[in-house]
Amino acid sequence: MKNSVFSICGMCNVRCPIKVDVEDGVVKWIEGSPNDPGMAGRLCAKGSAGIAMLYDYERPQHPLIREGARGEGKWKKVTWDEAMDYIAAKMEKIISEHGARAVALSDRGGPFREIHRSFLRSIGSPNYMNHDATCARNTQHAAISLFGSGRKTFNYDYSGCQHLVLYGRNVLESLRVKNANTIMDLLDRGGKITYIDVRAAGTAMKATRFWMIRPGTDYALNLGIIHTILKDKLYDARFVDKWVSGLKELEEFVLSYPPEWAEKETGIPASEIVEFAHEIAEARPAVIFHPGWLTARYKDSFYSSRTAYILNVLMGSIEAPGGLFFRKGPGDAGVKGLNSLMDTIPKPKEKRVDGCGWKHKQFESGPGLMHLFYKALLEGNPYPVKAYIVYRHDPLLSLPDPEAQKKALDKLDILVTIDANYSETSWYADVLLPSATYLEKSSVLCTGKGLKPSFRMREKAIQPHTNAKPDWWIFKSLAERLGVGDYFKFNNIEEFWGYQLKGTGVTVEDLKMKGTVSLTEEPIWWDRLKDLKFKTESGKIEIVSSHLESCKIESFKPYESPKKAEPGMFRLAFGRSPVHTHGRTINNPYLNEIMSENTLWINNVEAEKLGIKDKDLVEVTAADGSHSGTIRAWVTEFIHPETVFMVHGFGRKIPWQTRGYNKGLADYRFETGLLHVYDPVGGANALMECMVNVKKAA
Amino acid sequence: MSKYFLFQDNKRCIGCFSCEVHCKANKKLPVGPRPVQIIPVGPKLVKNLPRMSYVYMTCYHCENPWCMAACPTGAMQKRPKDGIVFVDGSICVGCKTCILACPWGAPQWNAETGTVVKCDYCMDRIDEGLEPACVTKCVTKCLHFGTTEESVALRRERHAKTVAAFE
Repeated sequence: MKNSVFSICGMCNVRCPIKVDVEDGVVKWIEGSPNDPGMAGRLCAKGSAGIAMLYDYERPQHPLIREGARGEGKWKKVTWDEAMDYIAAKMEKIISEHGARAVALSDRGGPFREIHRSFLRSIGSPNYMNHDATCARNTQHAAISLFGSGRKTFNYDYSGCQHLVLYGRNVLESLRVKNANTIMDLLDRGGKITYIDVRAAGTAMKATRFWMIRPGTDYALNLGIIHTILKDKLYDARFVDKWVSGLKELEEFVLSYPPEWAEKETGIPASEIVEFAHEIAEARPAVIFHPGWLTARYKDSFYSSRTAYILNVLMGSIEAPGGLFFRKGPGDAGVKGLNSLMDTIPKPKEKRVDGCGWKHKQFESGPGLMHLFYKALLEGNPYPVKAYIVYRHDPLLSLPDPEAQKKALDKLDILVTIDANYSETSWYADVLLPSATYLEKSSVLCTGKGLKPSFRMREKAIQPHTNAKPDWWIFKSLAERLGVGDYFKFNNIEEFWGYQLKGTGVTVEDLKMKGTVSLTEEPIWWDRLKDLKFKTESGKIEIVSSHLESCKIESFKPYESPKKAEPGMFRLAFGRSPVHTHGRTINNPYLNEIMSENTLWINNVEAEKLGIKDKDLVEVTAADGSHSGTIRAWVTEFIHPETVFMVHGFGRKIPWQTRGYNKGLADYRFETGLLHVYDPVGGANALMECMVNVKKAA
Repeated sequence: MSKYFLFQDNKRCIGCFSCEVHCKANKKLPVGPRPVQIIPVGPKLVKNLPRMSYVYMTCYHCENPWCMAACPTGAMQKRPKDGIVFVDGSICVGCKTCILACPWGAPQWNAETGTVVKCDYCMDRIDEGLEPACVTKCVTKCLHFGTTEESVALRRERHAKTVAAFE
């Protein structure tokens, strides 16, 4: 029997719409959904390798309870009942001794959080976190400081863009299928891409301008550009006069940062900065200065991201075709949004253990900050946390210094991981619960915000073929055991879908037809000179931020030059390959075949000084000497001499993943002493404040 | 040469390697054989910009396939109706002479079955009116499948646009 299901990919976090063909209960073919003109079959390597993951047995298949010491790798295979009873008994004891606030949960964000966030709220804990401390927190807070709302207020209209400016946002390798394609269209019709990075990543290979910038100086570059734009009156005065407050203060601040000064910091010639500023002004408002995504890089990344947003504002590209547009939701299309289970559960009154939103008022409380959580966990201050559930997240692989993290995790009475793959964190857990893959589970319905808001559905293509369970089932079962099952009365996901859709006018059948239902025929654009609403105190785009000032933080930070590495030392940069999703796919048979190991990019002139030739084995050592390893060098002129680079996710330590085990090196293991080093305004970790020693391996 | 031609528009190719996986997932191949492979060459500085070439390597479906001449069992064949060169795995004895014979490394070794596997333009899909897996799912649609004449036209048209003088 053959059938097709329209669903949502789960190989990375982009969540592309897909069509899955099934024959006699076996997945035969996956393609980008033909119902979406931006996909029309298109799928990345990871998307197609979904089949390889599904039928790979080197992934969790049974609930496991730890038998040896944490991380020793001794496990007992148990039934689901045994596993859930074990967790529930531990959690009950913890809650009775320390209160529900002693339970924490983290995930990787995204649109499918409704059930597990409801679970945490139903037991009464405020301690929800996601991975964002190592991702976009600086950008999020930069957006809030200007617009009064976070980075997801906007999306990017690449389809009409004339000039796209990217700071290490490697769009052609950190792939989003639809975007990659639209960006190639941009080039085909004569649009421009300026790519700024410490190395020539894949995106540089197609860019019309490539600036190899000195690491840690993006903020200096932006100050130089803003200086030129204001001095030469290149900005969109109509837009700025209408919406912006604080321009005068900005003008005064950038006076001392001319392009000639920026050249000294960045290595980018002043003449090119001036030329660029004029070129970009000609293309406005169809201009995008991408404020960045993974900006957890330096201690001033908040200000780099904030000035990139300011450049968009000066270009008037907010809500302009080809610029940044407001993401519209169901309400903007006159449709009732999906019903939320979480909204029916009283918000816990306890304060967050990481201090976000109260002790640290500059940080949004939402998903908190993992590094502050670790600090609280280690110190038991302001209160102890004893249970931690990690759902589809791998903190040991994403935050710096796993050994330092383990010291904090050792304070826990129970660490539970729920994942479809073995994560480095799962190997250190007490209980490892196998989550069904995205092809074997249905998820809660989600809303797609954008120019054309939609509802979207992930539907299982086949039943789990191992003893894995969908995550909604796992959290519902745990809630029932902890006496809060009343919130989770649905018997299956279809019943829950019915609840979500009630009153929206959309049915489950509508969604099954194409996997998505658009809530409007035409894209929704607002009049950018009349109808914009900003959630700041003044209703304006606040270049001088009332929010920051109320937290006693300066809106403009005087620039500080980044530290230069000692001789023989390099700043360690990390990034993506188009065939891997962080560390999650390293063991995938097909993806591992294409890239099974990472290399160390090193500048050719620096390499020669050290006697390192291309493909030589080199020894990389952490600044404090506590970690080292060998890897092949890739000697190239296309990386800044102060930096070395490796693709993230390698050097895995889980012996059951035979393909990826001990292959290559892991950037985060070299980030020793950096767990608590972060941007004090943006909140994200400063992952690139990492120096390593490199020498030819003996 | 088969009547078909698979044209890779290098200008749009971003080196995402997805074609390799689309092919293998469709043919349900184990680790090892790679009927299509992207070989990145570069980067090189071209007009002061870093440029990389992602070379798409697969079978050329030759007019006079040396692999076929070398095959002792008749497993390596050319489809009369369209010239697609393919292996009938059921009569391949795994002698690997085709692998030796091909100057471009097109025939691949499947250690799991002990037979050769190679690009056959997904002829089962073509017969259903579809395109090869790699073309259907190419991220930037830089791969084009059609007759040789169509592919040549595509290239000419684009070149014409870049040199148009409007005098």
